[in-house]
Amino acid sequence: MSTGRTTAAPRLRPLPAGPRGILIDCGTTAAARACYRSLQNRRMSGLLEAEDLVPGATTVLVDGIDEPELLAAELPGWPLTEEPEAAGEAVEIPVCYDGPDLEAVAALWGVRPDDVADIHSGIEYESAFCGFSPGFAYLEGLPERYQVPRRESPRTKVPAGSVAIAGPYTGVYPRTSPGGWQLIATMTNPGRLWNEHREPAALLVPGTRVRFAAVRV
Amino acid sequence: MSHIEILRAGVLTTCQDAGRPGWGHLAVPPSGAADHPSWRLANQLAGNPTGACALETTLNGATVKAHRNVTVVVGGAPCAVTVDGRPESWGQPVKLQAGSVLDAGPAEVGVRSYLAFSGGLHPKSSLGSHSTCLLSGLGPAPLQDGDTIPLGPSPAHPPLPTQWPAPWAGIGDEIVMKLHLGPRLEWFRPEAVAALTRSEWTVSEHSNRIGLRLEGPALTRSDPGAELPSEGIAAGALQVPPNGQPILFGADHPTTGGYPVVGVVGPEAQAAAAQARPGSRIRFVPIPMPHWSRQS
Repeated sequence: MSTGRTTAAPRLRPLPAGPRGILIDCGTTAAARACYRSLQNRRMSGLLEAEDLVPGATTVLVDGIDEPELLAAELPGWPLTEEPEAAGEAVEIPVCYDGPDLEAVAALWGVRPDDVADIHSGIEYESAFCGFSPGFAYLEGLPERYQVPRRESPRTKVPAGSVAIAGPYTGVYPRTSPGGWQLIATMTNPGRLWNEHREPAALLVPGTRVRFAAVRV
Repeated sequence: MSHIEILRAGVLTTCQDAGRPGWGHLAVPPSGAADHPSWRLANQLAGNPTGACALETTLNGATVKAHRNVTVVVGGAPCAVTVDGRPESWGQPVKLQAGSVLDAGPAEVGVRSYLAFSGGLHPKSSLGSHSTCLLSGLGPAPLQDGDTIPLGPSPAHPPLPTQWPAPWAGIGDEIVMKLHLGPRLEWFRPEAVAALTRSEWTVSEHSNRIGLRLEGPALTRSDPGAELPSEGIAAGALQVPPNGQPILFGADHPTTGGYPVVGVVGPEAQAAAAQARPGSRIRFVPIPMPHWSRQS
């Protein structure tokens, strides 16, 4: 449990991303998260003017800045502060473990299909970054032994609310779309994931803690 | 208030304003007018405030009926303009009476014409923008024949008594763009970077607001097996998927991606790309990585 201490400075490497952008390669997921929070704080306090801050798996893109070379010059000496864990409850997502790839995943994990629900819902995840579709969050937390490859051929139509896993991530499809991840469950109310009239529109913004709760139908 | 009615939507006509930049962290593409300067100028000539929503056509124009008196400017890709069958001027304000029909014909050069109406268009908005996004589905759906779109109140000040400032230079057979190398230059062998900047690239017909697919020599990576963790994609990014044929991303680009971006073009080149027809050719002039990125 961290208490706002400064980590042994991971090296932040600024890479050019066009005339008005910098891609900050942070090396690790944890460093990318800390770097993103730090950039957000700077922007909120008026120290950084940028159009977009986009976290990735191990990077943060700063796009739409006037003088990228100034930010680039500062970065190598930046102390990254590990924030205390987010206060408040984790977002709970009720799901029914009935996905079409449930048995395939159980076989890959070497467990019974019923155990997949217990294992997947027993982990607390954190939204690392969003991508793919508005409201889709890459949720981190799957231990390495539960990481599975994507399907060999992607599905052309994955229904909204499908809960899927691939590589180090689990995620929930906010709307019906093509998709290559392994589907293990269905969220009962996928409309919660994205609501333009809510602030923020995405339920699982980067940094949000997430738990899945198994429901029976 | 009243509205306009789409009689002929053409290949693809969408509503576009300045888009919704700033939501990349929620996986929302920026969208907005693909050729920003042309869209902005058409609005100015129509007497609209910055940011008003206009129609963006694709290759073969559109036909629109006005349901109130309104001034319209057709800009962007030059095309024949008629009102109730009579020829009218491209690139300057045209007064439409309620009931009149304006036709913007096929683009003579370029791809996208802009139809800016005084008062601006007010279709449904999402996250503060009226722009259609082809990738995410946000904003109004692409227009279909028979659709109606509300008009905003006419602006207080009259349209500027002016014309498109210069004959539209248009897009020649070959477009030359400055390519700012990076962020992932190191993922490519020097031969691949040389091929990228010495070759002529052909714009594929599988191109749209999401990106231009370019055809040319396959750009091979230093380590074809390496996987890049997903990372943010800047506006104007040139991404190289495993087949080595680059994609120059446009307004509706994905916010993150797992293929390396070899270089990024600036706003002027992004506007030129929006007017590049399938079959036209692009050359890239490399701008080296800045000194600050080479210190490590």
